[in-house]
Amino acid sequence: MSGGTFVGMPAFPEAAREAVGDTTLRANLRHATRTIRDKRAKAVAELADWAELREAGKRVKDHTLRHLDHYLVRLEESVVRAGGTVHWAADAEEANRVVASLVKATGETEVVKVKSMATQEIGLNEALAAEGIRAYETDLAELIVQLGDDRPSHILVPAIHRNRGEIRDIFEREMGSWGRPAPEGLTDSPGELAEAARRHLREKFLRAKVGISGANFMVAETGTMVVVESEGNGRMCLTLPETLISVVGVEKVVPAWRDLEIFLQTLPRSSTAERMNPYTSMWTGTTDEDGPSAFHLVLLDNGRTDTLADEVGRQALRCIRCSACLNVCPVYERAGGHAYGSVYPGPIGAILSPQLRGTRSEIDASLPYASSLCGACYEVCPVAIDIPEVLVHLRERVVQGGAVTRHGNRVTLKPAKGHAAERAAMRAAGLAFARPGVLRLGQRLASRTRRLHPRTLPGPGRAWSAARELPKVPAEPFRDWWQRTRGGTTEGNGK
Amino acid sequence: MSSRDRILGRVRRALADVADDDTPYEQAVGRAYLREHGERTAGQTVDLLAENLADYRALVHRCADEELPELLARLLAERGSRTVLVPPGLPPHWLAAAAATRVPDRATSTARDLDRVDSVLTGCAVAVAETGTLVLDGSPDQGRRRITLVPDHHICVVRVPGQVVPSVPGALGRLDPERPLTWISGPSATSDIELDRVEGVHGPRTLEVVLVSGG
Repeated sequence: MSGGTFVGMPAFPEAAREAVGDTTLRANLRHATRTIRDKRAKAVAELADWAELREAGKRVKDHTLRHLDHYLVRLEESVVRAGGTVHWAADAEEANRVVASLVKATGETEVVKVKSMATQEIGLNEALAAEGIRAYETDLAELIVQLGDDRPSHILVPAIHRNRGEIRDIFEREMGSWGRPAPEGLTDSPGELAEAARRHLREKFLRAKVGISGANFMVAETGTMVVVESEGNGRMCLTLPETLISVVGVEKVVPAWRDLEIFLQTLPRSSTAERMNPYTSMWTGTTDEDGPSAFHLVLLDNGRTDTLADEVGRQALRCIRCSACLNVCPVYERAGGHAYGSVYPGPIGAILSPQLRGTRSEIDASLPYASSLCGACYEVCPVAIDIPEVLVHLRERVVQGGAVTRHGNRVTLKPAKGHAAERAAMRAAGLAFARPGVLRLGQRLASRTRRLHPRTLPGPGRAWSAARELPKVPAEPFRDWWQRTRGGTTEGNGK
Repeated sequence: MSSRDRILGRVRRALADVADDDTPYEQAVGRAYLREHGERTAGQTVDLLAENLADYRALVHRCADEELPELLARLLAERGSRTVLVPPGLPPHWLAAAAATRVPDRATSTARDLDRVDSVLTGCAVAVAETGTLVLDGSPDQGRRRITLVPDHHICVVRVPGQVVPSVPGALGRLDPERPLTWISGPSATSDIELDRVEGVHGPRTLEVVLVSGG
């Protein structure tokens, strides 16, 4: 996963076509996304002021982003004052180097990790492995992913694509080579599987000297870090080790302690559809004799400031990683998280990944198209990110090129090669719409030859039709039908 | 150039298109949302706390202050707990009737030592009715964060109605961000396997909450 891209990842349409054909995957996803979607709607309906909370969350994040330099400096001061150390990392490589050297300085070769998308994004586990340091994922779903030598497919429930039978098989096969093996005769009941994970991981927690985390929020005013979780593995990683290293994207800062009153209401209800998640940990630097004696915060850029430079796209940085947009997305429900080729799947991934990484690779250039623009993602977003607006904006960028910021520098992007067909189609459409006679002729021709139409397009159109059914051409063009019937008023109904 | 300067420079360049904005933070944010949802008496707020705690599978008990030692003794006995972790500032009379051996919360105890204890008993800083949440802030009657994490059975005593607030905004206003805070809503749980909720992965599998009045 170097540089955050899954190596050898095909473009979204190919990856999605494969996923759509996998009936187990589709059934797992359908069950999961629908269950959580219904529960979320109920949890949100309990708060009469949801719209106001959503607006306030949006404004806090927008205000922070437009003064991001100020709040980052303030955060740094607060964390240092509270006994922590702050490191700044411009890219994945630098962040990995910083973390590896901090771990090495402790003399340890093992670390326990609480689920952190930022560390997945930078490929930290692989970077640590290259330095002889073994990182144990401790979130149950992350454990399933790690033991299965798999990749996460959902922001909140990364192993959503696995059913209980598959999980049982992975535990039985792999636990032994990572530590305590699965018990004899393990069944596929969720209770037994969770118990096996508890025993397997507890021995690691109890001996761990270094913990690695992300954070959901960082409060500039106080230097407080917030981790929201359910299982207690977060609390284990955050409180039992002697050294704690948190790798957090710069966009996770909020100005004031009071801002948490918004997000602690909207995040749990949007993500797990609970009134509150079982455990939330908040810490400010270090505390004598309670928790780690050393705390390091690594502030990660890795494309975030480039995203900030885009007037339309910067709203993606408001994201609080709740995953509500995944669960309502008809494209995600069918294609699954892996097809997005990034740790950030679904609608938010389709706008975040191409901005964080640029659109040079085939997968990143295809992501803005991984949507039907139905708008459901915008409706559920607790910080009101207009994902469809950003998708359209990014499509334009991919097709037409233009000025973007990469690694802090303004560069001019060339139109993407793979999208020649779309440009040609747009030019042709422009030509035809400008000449009504041509359009009419084309439509009539299409109607009269419709029995002969292929199910896939030839030439450059093949890529488009390979993952879609071609729409049927109607028996009669709309213009002809209108001329003949005046909009249905003279046909068939006796008028 | 340091990475700090590089990143801050990038941020400033990225915002070059944004018009200067000196709207103060409070004005820019605006807080049109509610401080609490619905109107309740203090008693109804406590009832809501009990209901929401139970909804997330905490075991809820209610008693008057003078009944507390008997109730705690019974809860520990029913569980078969022979040892109970005790924060340094726990009111001594709480455990006056219990047979379990008290294990003091010591800085020198290792995580393995804590793993051998049967139960832990603490107070709390504040409880949130609307969400069914207990907040611990490391005060002397609550102890270090790890003592309510490693043992499998946690009993938390909440003084009602004094320690109960209706909502999340009310709780944050009462808490000191400089203290390490743990928010607990029901026992540890996971929904990672087919979204079936399973209680008890890494934290205590059993959470008992005693709502004590008149203290």
